[in-house]
Amino acid sequence: MQAFDYAAVRSVDEAVSLLAQHGDQARPLAGGTDIIVAVREGRRQVAMLVDIKSIPEVNQLSYDAAQGLTLGAAVPCYRIYEHPEIAATYPGLIDAVSLVGGTAIQGRASVGGNLCNASPAADTTPALIAHRAICVIAGPNGRREIPAEQFCTGPGRTALQRGEFLVALRMPSPPPHFGAQYLRFIPRNEMDIAVVGVGASVVLNEDHSAFVSGRVALGAVAPTPLLVESAGAALGGKAVSDETIQQAAEAAQAAARPIDDMRGTAQYRRHLVGVLTRRALRGAIQRAKER
Amino acid sequence: MPTKVHVQTRLNGEEVEFLCEPRQSLLEVLRDVLGLTGSKEGCNNGNCGACSVILDGVLVNSCCVLGVETAGREVTTIEGIASPDGLHPLQQKFLEHAALQCGICTPGFVVAAKALLDKNPHPTEHQVRYWLAGNLCRCTGYDKIIRAVLDAAQTTEAKA
Repeated sequence: MQAFDYAAVRSVDEAVSLLAQHGDQARPLAGGTDIIVAVREGRRQVAMLVDIKSIPEVNQLSYDAAQGLTLGAAVPCYRIYEHPEIAATYPGLIDAVSLVGGTAIQGRASVGGNLCNASPAADTTPALIAHRAICVIAGPNGRREIPAEQFCTGPGRTALQRGEFLVALRMPSPPPHFGAQYLRFIPRNEMDIAVVGVGASVVLNEDHSAFVSGRVALGAVAPTPLLVESAGAALGGKAVSDETIQQAAEAAQAAARPIDDMRGTAQYRRHLVGVLTRRALRGAIQRAKER
Repeated sequence: MPTKVHVQTRLNGEEVEFLCEPRQSLLEVLRDVLGLTGSKEGCNNGNCGACSVILDGVLVNSCCVLGVETAGREVTTIEGIASPDGLHPLQQKFLEHAALQCGICTPGFVVAAKALLDKNPHPTEHQVRYWLAGNLCRCTGYDKIIRAVLDAAQTTEAKA
């Protein structure tokens, strides 16, 4: 592996200062399951890794009904699914963090890192979008916030500017009659990269007969994870029925822009988008009813 | 150029100090600096689990951890699994069930299974299979490994 410097920083300001100073030559280090491998394999050149895990805010995991969920960018997956209240409140996120890699990856890898790696097939990003996550970004000009669906700008590319890094993700407390699910299709049971991933969330009315609103986000079918606004629009105000679900699934299929690759053809992926959108919506509806 | 960093950590219950470059993974530090060659290098990219170690009670791939990151932390490797009195029940059951052939994946499986039993002493077969999904074996077909872990869980239970 190429040589680089390592700095374990204790504050957001210290991290911003080092990242701004080194520009593209510095990268934040959280769980390291992407960046360490990328540097070792020569896919990324770095002069410095800035370990952000010791910054309290970046390692914070907290939930309360008023503030919602605050998920520090370096919090590893296992801490999220081992938190009973968070696991009960953010089911789509829990689906995703439970199937990223294997146990040893979940012990280190963070949702923030998964987002910053900006893989089109990232498992946790459609779940973040379904849960209306907001990205808290710190940089030389202070802080700014953007919705998760605007964070990735292309494969491996993000909205982060020089000196900026992702501090945390915030997710609002779900309203009553809310449910969410993330589903991934892979040709085996575990440990694979999504052929297609779908994150869906719904808010139902009091008697669960109609959708108040819905969100559908897709992974692995475009250069970035996609929020399909037309699918959400197909649900809002409509009866909970196979027909409504089908309309949302067709909207998702129309929004998908898949490619052919070793994991599947574009045609196959588009078919899967329909299947998984229907299943994820039904799963989200079921969870909304049980909540 | 980066110079070597002095790191103090707790390894298999003992305080250790070592010098390493920032670019050296924990796996490289264990094998090349500290001479603990039980943890194996398989894929070196987080897919195979042959380098599994326990870091502050959490199962990780040591190829995806930098040696410098372990400062002030606690690491358990395969060398720390057996007691002075003999093999850990997992090791004994791997032998009894012939749950290994070439043996390269075995230290990783034993460490990963130890992390499971520490957290969940009575796992179901389903839980064992999913927990060990990040450990690859190209010889046994997994069934013997799963049976060894389930048997070890029962043995540990009987002792407790």
